[in-house]
Amino acid sequence: MKRIFTNGYLLLLLIMLYAPIIIIAIFSFTESPVLGNWTGFSTDLYANLFSGGVNNSLIDAIKNTFIIALTAATASTLLGTIAAIGINDLRYGKRRVMNFVNNIPILNPDIITGISLFLLFVSLGISQGYTTVILAHIAFCTPYVVLSVMPRLMQMNPNIYEAALDLGATPYQAIRRVILPEIRPGMISGFILAFTLSIDDFAVTIFTNGTDGLQTLSTYIYADARKGGLTPELRALSTIILVVVLLLLLIVNIRSRRQARRAEALSQSNNPRRR
Amino acid sequence: MSRLKHIFSRRRSLSIPYALFLALFVVMPLVLIMIYAFQGEDGSFSLSNFERFIEQREAANTFIYSIGIALITTLLCIAIGYPAAYILARKTTSTARVVVMLFILPMWINVLVRTLATVALFDFLRLPLGEGALIFGMVYNFLPFMIYPIYNVLQKMDHSLIEAAEDLGATPRQVFTKVVFPLSMPGVVSGVMMVFMPTISTFAIAELLTMNNIKLFGTTIQENINNGMWHYGAALSFIMLLIIGITQLLSDSKGSSTNDGGVL
Amino acid sequence: MSHSNIIEIRNITKSFPDKVVLDNVSLNVKPGEFLTILGPSGCGKTTLLRLLAGFNNATSGTISIDGKDMTDIPPHKRPVNTVFQRYALFPNYNVYDNIAFGLKLQKVDKRDIEQRVKRALKMVGMTDYEHRDVESLSGGQQQRVAIARAIVNRPKVLLLDEPLAALDLKMRKDMQMELKEMHRSLGITFIYVTHDQEEALTLSDKIVVMNEGRIQQIGTPTDIYNEPCNSFVADFIGESNILNATMIHDRLVRFMGIDFECIDEGFGENREVDVVIRPEDIYIIRNAEAAMFRGEVRSCIFKGVHYDMIVATPDGYELEIQDYNAFEVGTEVGMLIKPADIHVMYKERTENHVRGVMTDATHVTLLGESFECEAQEGIVAGMEVDVAFAFDAVELTDDSDDGTSWGIIRFILYKGDHYHLTVRTDDGENIYVDTHDVWEDLDEVGIKISPKSLRIKAL
Repeated sequence: MKRIFTNGYLLLLLIMLYAPIIIIAIFSFTESPVLGNWTGFSTDLYANLFSGGVNNSLIDAIKNTFIIALTAATASTLLGTIAAIGINDLRYGKRRVMNFVNNIPILNPDIITGISLFLLFVSLGISQGYTTVILAHIAFCTPYVVLSVMPRLMQMNPNIYEAALDLGATPYQAIRRVILPEIRPGMISGFILAFTLSIDDFAVTIFTNGTDGLQTLSTYIYADARKGGLTPELRALSTIILVVVLLLLLIVNIRSRRQARRAEALSQSNNPRRR
Repeated sequence: MSRLKHIFSRRRSLSIPYALFLALFVVMPLVLIMIYAFQGEDGSFSLSNFERFIEQREAANTFIYSIGIALITTLLCIAIGYPAAYILARKTTSTARVVVMLFILPMWINVLVRTLATVALFDFLRLPLGEGALIFGMVYNFLPFMIYPIYNVLQKMDHSLIEAAEDLGATPRQVFTKVVFPLSMPGVVSGVMMVFMPTISTFAIAELLTMNNIKLFGTTIQENINNGMWHYGAALSFIMLLIIGITQLLSDSKGSSTNDGGVL
Repeated sequence: MSHSNIIEIRNITKSFPDKVVLDNVSLNVKPGEFLTILGPSGCGKTTLLRLLAGFNNATSGTISIDGKDMTDIPPHKRPVNTVFQRYALFPNYNVYDNIAFGLKLQKVDKRDIEQRVKRALKMVGMTDYEHRDVESLSGGQQQRVAIARAIVNRPKVLLLDEPLAALDLKMRKDMQMELKEMHRSLGITFIYVTHDQEEALTLSDKIVVMNEGRIQQIGTPTDIYNEPCNSFVADFIGESNILNATMIHDRLVRFMGIDFECIDEGFGENREVDVVIRPEDIYIIRNAEAAMFRGEVRSCIFKGVHYDMIVATPDGYELEIQDYNAFEVGTEVGMLIKPADIHVMYKERTENHVRGVMTDATHVTLLGESFECEAQEGIVAGMEVDVAFAFDAVELTDDSDDGTSWGIIRFILYKGDHYHLTVRTDDGENIYVDTHDVWEDLDEVGIKISPKSLRIKAL
């Protein structure tokens, strides 16, 4: 009885959460330019998306979004990983300062980050466009990478790096051969996080994309919505993104479950060790 | 020479590039907001921006109204999200993982698209767009950010504490009010941090949800910057920074140490 | 520079912003020696080892290994290898790749690597484990792999940082024997760090006892056990009765109110000293007439081979005695100590000396606080002074806010009828306190000193 009640509560919340999305998904199969008007089943919106039947600026926006996200996520992962290794080795006082500053972009609302970077680029006289958007995205993504890598580093036996040096590895070799393999999962999740944050960003992009008409998906939709309506093809695009992400999550979930089960089996056959 | 080499071969030196990066792209920009905020249009030191904020009332009113909306949103998120997190935490980890993922999944769709879909939903149900839609939209947007950190804390909670309380004669209700809820406060605090400030500062979403009828503080700041009123916009941003600083101090004193709440 | 030493440590000091970990340490190590650095946790022994490996740099002083100054040599270029307490195996490599790590970096020929890894595995008794995942091994097995990984590189010196501390007792005993055997067959220098005195006595050719960043004594295990140079070493190594005593003249020492013949000379006359008597060196005899002194058995515990007894004398001294015969609790017994079994040691100090500054005629600032004192002739405010006070002039209080100053108990020595405590005060100075009260290590205490007992002299 209690179970039904609690499960019902979760279900209700999920329905509320998914209702708008389901509406998008449903109306991605009709051609009507206005969301909410059913004008008969059609897959034209999907066809348009792939055959170039939509205007070029949407295609450009999609392209830009991915290029920016890929570049920013890669750069953030590199910068953040190197930084985390360094910060982890700092003494208490300096480490606290670094962690504090690292948390600022995470705690600040996007609009503050956006405006502050806008003022920076204006003050430095840098013309705004691709470069400034990418720099801004690196600025707000890297702290998340540092946060994803740091726990892995802290879990690591601190003597492992020293053992590598002791056995004749240079500091560079020790990091590459011993530290990096250990923190790789943290780097991967940091990269994914940075990538999604970048794709989803609106507030920072709109303050740093300049006046030359550089659009990402977010700013395109914003401009679109202010003109009075959503380009119908975006409904199809959103549905595709949702399905792809859903599939990815399922795969990751199934894989990690299988790994968990294997680890369980292993730990039962051997004496329990850490992790 | 070899001393110098030694310094650069140390691991801690790897933090130097990022320290410089943070100085340029995080600290400097915030300092610039401060400088701009305390400058008049002629570039000299002045409090005129803040005087204007108080005298003209328009931005100040929006500010107060936004705080009200943010408070309602936050409270609703706690009221709706806490039970959900609690239910999830009592489920087996694998089931809970799937449900938590389902809660987070909508986040992958662009926030503006989701907002427009909410508008469509309201149209569809023939509900009026306005304050109600605004609050619904905000709760809808930020609820996962409340559930996730609370779930995290509840799930890591040592179950023997609950058993100890039961063993010592606490009723289920007392177990919750005296043990579980106090211990889950860090999660609630980081949830509040992730809902309250973003609600005040969102722009675009409020406009879309209310057919441009209601403005939140974020929109006011954005309009000022867009209209070239950088100094005034910076001053409004500075006010937000102050509020963030204060809430951060308050939540720190409550002993919140979980900053992982935002990592989806 | 003499080449008969493989390691020469000269005046090494290592300080961190808040404390000095090593204070002017000098030490020579001969090639092929099994040298153990022994001391309680926080004594600086691990820091010393890390300086040898190159993981930390000394604040001042020099280290040379095999005749070469190591000051600017990074760890990967030093002819030493380390075995860590928590193994530090690379989790991303299997057993073989862990051991081959160093050889591959040196670009040793592939076939050579294989042979040497196999030989190293055989040496640590892990043949056929090459392809195992290191995380699937037990603690003892992991430590064997860690040792193989270090010795396969043929270092001049093997550094071992409490390598057996994480293992259970049985495994520890087995590994001790194996390490000793390995040392013999490899013929290289072992530097072994431990806090376990039994382990040190079993394994070492030479022991270095350290405390609070300083070397207390260097010697063979027998030297250290039989001739401890001060009460810290006597207390730390083995069981012992340590008592306050007065050296009346050569070969006669008075303690517990009785004059004892001994064999020590050269301490001068009527000098305050400490004596150490090992529990197995006090003989209990039933014939009380022939006894040197008497007492009553307070407790008697069977320890497998012998009985461990506490005997109280009428004057209130308690002595620990080991004997193969049991004596019932409450029995009146007589005791005998042979002259050769009484070991006399210099006292490091006989009273506290602390630097202070006079604030006014009746107040002196010491240990970071203002203490009341009696008016002193010829001493005015602002003068720097030496303040002396007896060990028993200090009163310790439970509540650390209760005293004039406060501190933490760092070391407790039982001296038969009272405790001799080392208290680290708030501003980092040590004071020494005699008390009958029972305290525990790391207790926070308030410190009070009666004004009368402060003797102040201008510096």
